[in-house]
Amino acid sequence: MVSELQQRMQESFQENVSEEYLMDCMRCGFCLPACPTYLATNQDETHSPRGRISLMKAMRDGDVVWDGSVEEAFDMCLGCRACEPACPAGVQYGVLIEETRVAVQQAKPQGGVEKMVRKAAFDGVFADQKKMASTVKLVQFYQRSGLQATTRKIGFLNLFPPFMKEMEGVLPKVESKKKRTMLEKPKTTQVAFFTGCLMDTLFQETNRKTIELLEWLGAEVILPKEQQCCGALHGHSGELEKGMRNAKANIDAFDSDDYAFIVNNAGGCGAFLSEYGKHLQSEPQYRKKAERFSRKTIDISSLFVRLGMNLQLKAMTAEEGAIVTYQDSCHLRNVNKVFLEPRSLLQDAPGFEYKELIDAGSCCGSAGIYNLLQPEMAKKILDLKMKGVKELQPAKIITSNPGCLMQMQVGIQQEGLEKEMQAVHIVDFLHEVVQKNQN
Amino acid sequence: MKNPFISIVGAENVKDSQAHLLAYSYDATANFQAMPDLVLSPKNTEDITEIVKICAKEQIPIVPRGSGTNLAAGTVPNQGGIVLLFNNMNKILELDKENLTVTVQPGVITQDLSIYVEQNGLFYPPDPSSMKISTIGGNVSENSGGLRGLKYGVTKDYVKALTFVAPDGEVMKLGGKLAKDVAGYDLMSLLVGAEGTLGVITEITLKLIPLPVTKKTGIAYFNSMEDAAKTVSAIIANRIIPVTLEFMDKGTIGAVEDFMKIGLPREAEAMLLMEQDGNDEQVDEDIQKMIAIAEENGATSAILAASEKEADILKTGRRAALSALSRKRPTTILEDATVPRSEIAKMVKAIQEIAVKYDVQINTFGHAGDGNLHPTCLTDVRDKEEMERVEKALEEIFQVAIELGGTITGEHGVGEMKAPYLEWKLGASGMKLMRNIKQSIDPQNIMNPGKIFAKEMKKRLVIHNG
Ligand SMILES: Cc1cc2nc3c(=O)[nH]c(=O)nc-3n(C[C@H](O)[C@H](O)[C@H](O)COP(=O)(O)OP(=O)(O)OC[C@H]3O[C@@H](n4cnc5c(N)ncnc54)[C@H](O)[C@@H]3O)c2cc1C
Ligand code: SF4
Ligand code: SF4
Repeated sequence: MVSELQQRMQESFQENVSEEYLMDCMRCGFCLPACPTYLATNQDETHSPRGRISLMKAMRDGDVVWDGSVEEAFDMCLGCRACEPACPAGVQYGVLIEETRVAVQQAKPQGGVEKMVRKAAFDGVFADQKKMASTVKLVQFYQRSGLQATTRKIGFLNLFPPFMKEMEGVLPKVESKKKRTMLEKPKTTQVAFFTGCLMDTLFQETNRKTIELLEWLGAEVILPKEQQCCGALHGHSGELEKGMRNAKANIDAFDSDDYAFIVNNAGGCGAFLSEYGKHLQSEPQYRKKAERFSRKTIDISSLFVRLGMNLQLKAMTAEEGAIVTYQDSCHLRNVNKVFLEPRSLLQDAPGFEYKELIDAGSCCGSAGIYNLLQPEMAKKILDLKMKGVKELQPAKIITSNPGCLMQMQVGIQQEGLEKEMQAVHIVDFLHEVVQKNQN
Repeated sequence: MKNPFISIVGAENVKDSQAHLLAYSYDATANFQAMPDLVLSPKNTEDITEIVKICAKEQIPIVPRGSGTNLAAGTVPNQGGIVLLFNNMNKILELDKENLTVTVQPGVITQDLSIYVEQNGLFYPPDPSSMKISTIGGNVSENSGGLRGLKYGVTKDYVKALTFVAPDGEVMKLGGKLAKDVAGYDLMSLLVGAEGTLGVITEITLKLIPLPVTKKTGIAYFNSMEDAAKTVSAIIANRIIPVTLEFMDKGTIGAVEDFMKIGLPREAEAMLLMEQDGNDEQVDEDIQKMIAIAEENGATSAILAASEKEADILKTGRRAALSALSRKRPTTILEDATVPRSEIAKMVKAIQEIAVKYDVQINTFGHAGDGNLHPTCLTDVRDKEEMERVEKALEEIFQVAIELGGTITGEHGVGEMKAPYLEWKLGASGMKLMRNIKQSIDPQNIMNPGKIFAKEMKKRLVIHNG
């Protein structure tokens, strides 16, 4: 017997998941070795891109009915999109999984806790920069007041999944504004800075350094006030419409001819910003503007390269020292195809020897809030990652995204390697290098 | 049904959730699908023996499955039963540097093996385009070819010994690390290419050869497919046996370029990828000669790849050809017709004519040096009328291949997909002999039933609702 929910689910898949995109998959399996969950499950086809696409199609066609196993197959997907560049057939997996999340979200009744968390996250905190800021104030308060130490001791956080607990341990110290520390060049270009909600709050320091480095390279940095969270988290959780609400606010906030670039320093946000154009295709009012916005979007490493940072770095001299390596941000790599630029900056950074991390391109398990929702699988994937880290023994692991940064810090902590190595955002790293060597 | 198997392999290696059954209901063959009842991951030969014994007693079908990349619906459980996986049996067991052999479990990924032996200065030549994903068990069971087949042969030329579990649970070791062996019928070779219909292979010993010192790659573009085909024949007639002589037509070049973005000339009608390995002198001489021959036969451009890296990128592109072609239309149905090398130009011409005659879109690529082409129909299963024309076109391609002294499948196997056509190649007496062999080894027909032997000959080829 097919239940009412199962019936509704099938209809929701038919409505939301495009048949044409599903038909693009010819089931060759070329994507399998690229998929972290396929590898972490000892090659379980259910947890592969080919398996998931087949399940989406089977949901539409009624070859399977909605149940826990089908739900799990979709839930386990990191959304890292490593399967996309691996696919010769050009299957748009990112679109398919987003559509799937919408389909599920629309048809599924939500339990108490999940509903609450979702509501708080998507309508509250992430929807609004001010709320985000006040949440951060709480975090700040929590950190400064010494409560953090106390709660750590009494194990208050044991109530949360183990991963959340570890995450808490690596939250950056929120610092208040500091003075400029770098020389500025005469301005030649204008760039608008998309600060990102997490980056603007928990990672204020990194944002401040981003601006300083850009100014040092001769850019005038504009910070449009009305900007919002990019909406990626909504989009990846089946709340695409809410994500688009944020998208439109951002498009309006950045709708100016004054600058050629809209720069961001968080890989996950950047990829979503670069896909506003795609997502708003069917909205005549926003289509053109959204495309323009996405075209102007650029990640910080690529912009540094364009502004000639490599030459500047090369001109600095320092003895080769510690090993530095790079962990790709999945979306920066797989969606925006940016992986050479950050590496080139690290290679040219004086005083360090760049070495490639094994499988640097494969997901660390952070994947937005995946590590909170699927702690077990996230841990398996992180363990695989740390195996490579331990082999390489770098002094610094550079990342381009706040989620990856925290995840790598968790990994370092789990392995007890805090004394030997650090996970650092690429901007923070370059800032330190430049500051040390600028005279 | 589940419990006896749980006690053999452990609960974590028994899967029967709906998601699992669906995920193991297909392979890389368009339009074939059927759900198994259970998915098992045995840990060793003993587990498999016990599984097979139960299945023999209860008459439960067994479908061995590597990575499910075969193109003949060979792992579609069309009669339900058990899908048998080798994800727990994927170890390289022994590298024997004295006898130049490597012994592996069937789940080892082809490319992993290839890299491993090359790190040890040895060489395992068979390299199907799917080598990054396919398993050695699958390669042996399909007798797969690859890009290096022209000079080095196919999988069967490298199998030295097999351990297999027969359909009654008996374990047998066939072959050995011997250079010669004529004790009895060559039963080992019978299992190579048996597509899982005679038993389960649980261990494989493969022959290795020394790694060639160097290799070089040439690329030639042509204004017509015939010029490329003539070049292939001329190269072989000139007594050059290159490692690789691969062909792509205009549509394929465009599709690969869409994926790789490496600057392939979309306007070229055909392209040949030519590789030679060996010692420096011989390699240089052969590659220069091949380039000259291509030019003599009308190549618009024929050059040496600038670096090994460039050559690797070109080969990666060629390997992605089939999947890349599927960008163009919703459904991709490819064929595997193979003719004697000397007939390759005739075959290419016939394919073009057939495409026009039935008004279907066919793009062709393949191992031209082996006479093995993959004419690929780009279509849409939802369009019944078009699918009928596709089917007729493909049948005619089979027909022409056989008339030219060729076969209906060179390397992809028969499976369920080509079973109805097998008699075209073997004749009634050949089919009878095959049936007798199958009957005597697997009298209950539990091993991958419904493959190779079709209930009806020459019925519909591609229209199938599993
Ligand atoms: C894009 C693409 C390119 C390809 N290119 C080539 C190519 O260049 N050359 C070529 O020859 N093929 C090619 N193939 C076909 C396919 O990859 C090969 O047939 C490959 O050998 C299948 O390996 P597999 O591990 O996926 O086996 P599967 O598809 O899982 O199984 C293949 C057959 O082997 C049987 N089998 C598997 N393991 C065992 C075992 N241990 N014991 C008994 N039976 C077993 C199965 O029952 C089935 O009949 C290509 C396929 C794709 C999708
Ligand atoms: S998603 Fe792409 S690579 Fe993966 S099976 Fe489908 S066509 Fe092949
Ligand atoms: S998005 Fe990542 S986890 Fe999901 S199917 Fe693709 S490769 Fe696998």
